[in-house]
Amino acid sequence: MRAYTPKDDVQAKPYYTDRFYVSPQVPKEAVENDAVFAADLAAIKAKFEVSDAYIQVGQMVVYIHAKDNYGVLELLRDELEYTQLTEMSAIDWLAKENKFEIFYQMLSMNKRKRVRIKMFIENGQAVNSVNELFRSADWSEREMFDMFGIEANGHPFMKRILLPYDWQGHPLLKTYPLEGDEFAAWYEVDKIYGKEARDIIGPELRDPAKVDRYDSDRFARLGHEVPKGTVITGHEPKIEQSYQEEGGVFMIKKFDKKSSVVIDDPQR
Amino acid sequence: MAQHKINYTQDAGLPVALTSIDKIVNWGRSNSLWALTYGLACCGIEMMASGASRFDFDRYGTIFRASPRQADVMIVAGTLTKKHAEFIKRLYDQMTEPRWVISMGSCANTGGMFNTYATVQGVDRIIPVDLYLPGCAPRPETLQYGVMLLQKKIRANKAGNAQKPKRLM
Repeated sequence: MRAYTPKDDVQAKPYYTDRFYVSPQVPKEAVENDAVFAADLAAIKAKFEVSDAYIQVGQMVVYIHAKDNYGVLELLRDELEYTQLTEMSAIDWLAKENKFEIFYQMLSMNKRKRVRIKMFIENGQAVNSVNELFRSADWSEREMFDMFGIEANGHPFMKRILLPYDWQGHPLLKTYPLEGDEFAAWYEVDKIYGKEARDIIGPELRDPAKVDRYDSDRFARLGHEVPKGTVITGHEPKIEQSYQEEGGVFMIKKFDKKSSVVIDDPQR
Repeated sequence: MAQHKINYTQDAGLPVALTSIDKIVNWGRSNSLWALTYGLACCGIEMMASGASRFDFDRYGTIFRASPRQADVMIVAGTLTKKHAEFIKRLYDQMTEPRWVISMGSCANTGGMFNTYATVQGVDRIIPVDLYLPGCAPRPETLQYGVMLLQKKIRANKAGNAQKPKRLM
């Protein structure tokens, strides 16, 4: 006899997951189509190994080996006039192939061209810092360490930049939950009041849209206020909203609308 | 010497007003609520607008101070991140008692739309809050109304030393 497989949602499943879905990709062109990029690529290939290269949306993408990143960027800066590192970071491909993709976005003001240098590193591997070539890499590499845990060898101050120094975990990893792990959920309570305060303060309320009109601890209905903790029956007497006490305030003159003048003419 | 014009037909001819200690102290407290400048995000812009000439907090005696030691009320205007949480506690502790806290806007109330790892889900997890203002961001009128409600709350309570210091825990 065959093992039983539940067939409840056999019909529903393909409706939600399309087996034949292929995510659309921006078309790639050959580097030879652009004379400037072709010359740049030839200069890189003369000194370093290039695993792949193409043009996408008018920008050349070059895949290199991780050990060559400092040399390639030095070549781009000093000889090929790509004088600015406008952006660098990493992409988490750990689930797919246990690798990080690191990219360096370069800009040449003279050539009016942009080149993206990409490379793959293994999980846990460090990269060479390009801080000495581009000062903009200083904070970018710190952010990469903060968000992905990728260290840059030779960086003068390899510490977290956005999150506090005593934080645990790297939030831009795909495995990191958006609402935070246990450490993140109790971070401020543990730090300020200590772990023993967790029971008193309680866990975070992660549903801010939840409004319970019968919850008099957390909500007050304007005009129907009751003391905190009162059980609301739905027949509370309406309380008139007022800015001040009805009898007036000691030594403060109550504003009288009748004695005031409304100026209708703006050109008075 | 100043020449006081005395109305002999009122108050038995004396330039005197009779009241209780509670009332006069609360009158002073509620009408000079100095606020700690605490703009953390976009709500801070609305808080600044409330202080500026169009809405004019000075009419209430609410003057923004840059030091917690001179402030009575902390208007937490904006998103409180977990990195900043220890500093808000420190500043709150530096304020002299009696002290009040207004939580201004959705982010300060509940974390708002920042349902993430890095945002404190409501400042009342860190410090005790007297007044929550809803809105994203609340209009300056809302903050004005909030300050007036806080004044009402102050006047409703006893002013003496019997007032228990507020502690979250």
